[in-house]
Amino acid sequence: MAKIPKASELPLGHSIPQTPWMETPVEFRPGTWCYGGKPKNLEVVGLPNPREWSPTDEDWKLPDNWKEIVMDGLRERLERFRTLKVFMDICVRCGACADKCHFYIGSGDPKNMPVLRAELLRSVYRKDFTTAGRIFGKIAGGREMTLQVLKEWWYYFFQCTECRRCSVFCPYGIDTAEITIIGRELLNLLGLNIDWIAGPVANCYQTGNHLGIQPHAYKDMIEFFVDEIEAVNGVRVEPTFNRKGAEVLFITPSGDVFADPGTYTLMGYLMLFHEIGLDYTWSTYASEGGNFGFFTSHEMMKRLNAKMYAEAKRLGVKWILGGECGHMWRVINQYMDTMNGPADFLEVPKSPFTGTVFENARSTKMVHITEFTADLIRNGKLKLDPSRNDHHRVTFHDSCNPARGMGLLEEPRYIIKNVCNNFFEMPPNTIREQTFCCGGGAGLNTDEYMEMRMRGGLPRANAVKYVHEKHGVNMLACICAIDRAVLPPLMNYWVPGVNVTGVHELVANALIMEGETERTTDLRGEPLLGFEETEDGDDEDI
Amino acid sequence: MTMDLKERMLKSKGVILRSWYEHLLSTYPPETARFMKREPNQFANPVGHTIRRGMEAVLEGFLQGSGEDSISAPLDSIIRIRAVQSFTPSQAIAFVLHLKWILRDSLREDIMENRVSTAELETWDSRVDRIALLAFDIYMKCRETIYENRVNEVKNQSFRLLKRANLVVELPDTKIDPDPGNT
Repeated sequence: MAKIPKASELPLGHSIPQTPWMETPVEFRPGTWCYGGKPKNLEVVGLPNPREWSPTDEDWKLPDNWKEIVMDGLRERLERFRTLKVFMDICVRCGACADKCHFYIGSGDPKNMPVLRAELLRSVYRKDFTTAGRIFGKIAGGREMTLQVLKEWWYYFFQCTECRRCSVFCPYGIDTAEITIIGRELLNLLGLNIDWIAGPVANCYQTGNHLGIQPHAYKDMIEFFVDEIEAVNGVRVEPTFNRKGAEVLFITPSGDVFADPGTYTLMGYLMLFHEIGLDYTWSTYASEGGNFGFFTSHEMMKRLNAKMYAEAKRLGVKWILGGECGHMWRVINQYMDTMNGPADFLEVPKSPFTGTVFENARSTKMVHITEFTADLIRNGKLKLDPSRNDHHRVTFHDSCNPARGMGLLEEPRYIIKNVCNNFFEMPPNTIREQTFCCGGGAGLNTDEYMEMRMRGGLPRANAVKYVHEKHGVNMLACICAIDRAVLPPLMNYWVPGVNVTGVHELVANALIMEGETERTTDLRGEPLLGFEETEDGDDEDI
Repeated sequence: MTMDLKERMLKSKGVILRSWYEHLLSTYPPETARFMKREPNQFANPVGHTIRRGMEAVLEGFLQGSGEDSISAPLDSIIRIRAVQSFTPSQAIAFVLHLKWILRDSLREDIMENRVSTAELETWDSRVDRIALLAFDIYMKCRETIYENRVNEVKNQSFRLLKRANLVVELPDTKIDPDPGNT
């Protein structure tokens, strides 16, 4: 009998790179990278090197002195940001962060380990900015800045959602998100943004929001929801726009205006404000809570953020209330006050209904809506019927930025528990400070990136799947517009049968409003428990 | 397949599973393979945990001679992951076919001493082939879901926007009159 080969002797039909990581060039697999920024979107905000280009092109049409621009840019930032200098020097490569990144867990690509992603920049830093690196080069972990390195930076700095989960585990407190932020800033010096970020930045700057919705259309769209609400419970809410002298300016991400399921969250805001009689106004100019400038450069973030205070000043409001958004809150909480503040012309936010002074917002003058609503519930100011959410079995996804960027952990849970009867937590190492990213934050929620999003969202989906199977969870609540856009396709792929909602959609379902007709459906038109038959009652004879 | 052979295979299930899992791990970079093998927490290591559990269930179903229905769900949990990782379609599902050779390894002595007939081996092989074909179907379904997600996302973003801004008006839904003559 002929010799039977052993399983281990067979050719495998796959190959793992045999070269060391520094010498393994990046491969642009479709579905794992985003389209390059269009020239018009760079031009309008004065970003350098606007031109048509694609990441898969051999020639990225860079200026001749691109290397000098990058190295000067790095030098300048090392002097400007003490954190960057420290983060470059103190990593001991202990590996505590390595397996904490959702992109690494989902992809298995070692360059998605936070330590190695940082090392992409750190190796260049060592070569040119440390004595050991200058003398010993590669032996000291240094490497030359080349076009191949630049392409690798681009690929992997746009494979980080700046979620900061890795930083929770770093014994030195290195924040890899800040390294990605600087990495992206350096890439932007050469016109190397992605269009999903460059477009919203340009539109936000020019028109006021990510999609470039003009004031009349913005107003029309919100009025569309006024009709929708009336169809559900007979109450006609009356929002106002650009109204001078209102007590509060309300700003939320524009995603909630045009994309489901965020639209239902927006209907929730309208209903809540109407019911309590809040003296507030929408602005068709500060019509965007999100800030994709944050994913471009510190300067761009400041520029886009400034309109919030400018509009608050123009309208003469007392303070600002902000909707359910993710990175918007990191910008507000971490940067706004020192970038564009102090907003001395505003008052320290005080709830007109409970008298609660929001001390945490004493400086920024901007309150998160879950803080505001939790306070209303705590003080018994809302009439709620949680049984109207009985058709939902709910879990809560902590959005990275509110959770890790501002410690907003209890308020959303407090609200959910008051407006829903069926709430189930996901496992402890996947929530609160250890929450897993949705896979599409930091401007990576574009459709051409779908495969990578499925990888990045895998750990989150895995935890949802667990509560779906164990407790029958069918609704994933969150307080971020990017989550509301990113999680539905993620659920469709990994955990079919789980829908996505904002917290204020759940509030609105439970909210008993003055003069409302009998509620038989939720905001989505789905029958409430006990009313299932009325919907298709007419069809019974068919 | 003789009962005797099936019993023997079931007894070696642990060894077969280990070799099969090791083989699958070898398709990942070494540091990733180590992590997938080492980390026991199912939420910290969802890929390693899901794949390992899936392979165990597929193998159990296979050795017991269960139908495709019981193999399909655990196989799906593995392929669903590999369908979004950096594998070509053939790389993503090749591990299934490798099971043939792992089974041969475990029967090496029996084969050499002619205690296993060629017909028996071919029966086993053909059943592995069936699982591979099933894996192919699942892989395609996963990829289709990705593209379906893309299309839905674009539709949701642009069409609803146009509609809500009153830039497009859809024709109202009308019921088709079954008897047009009575109007």
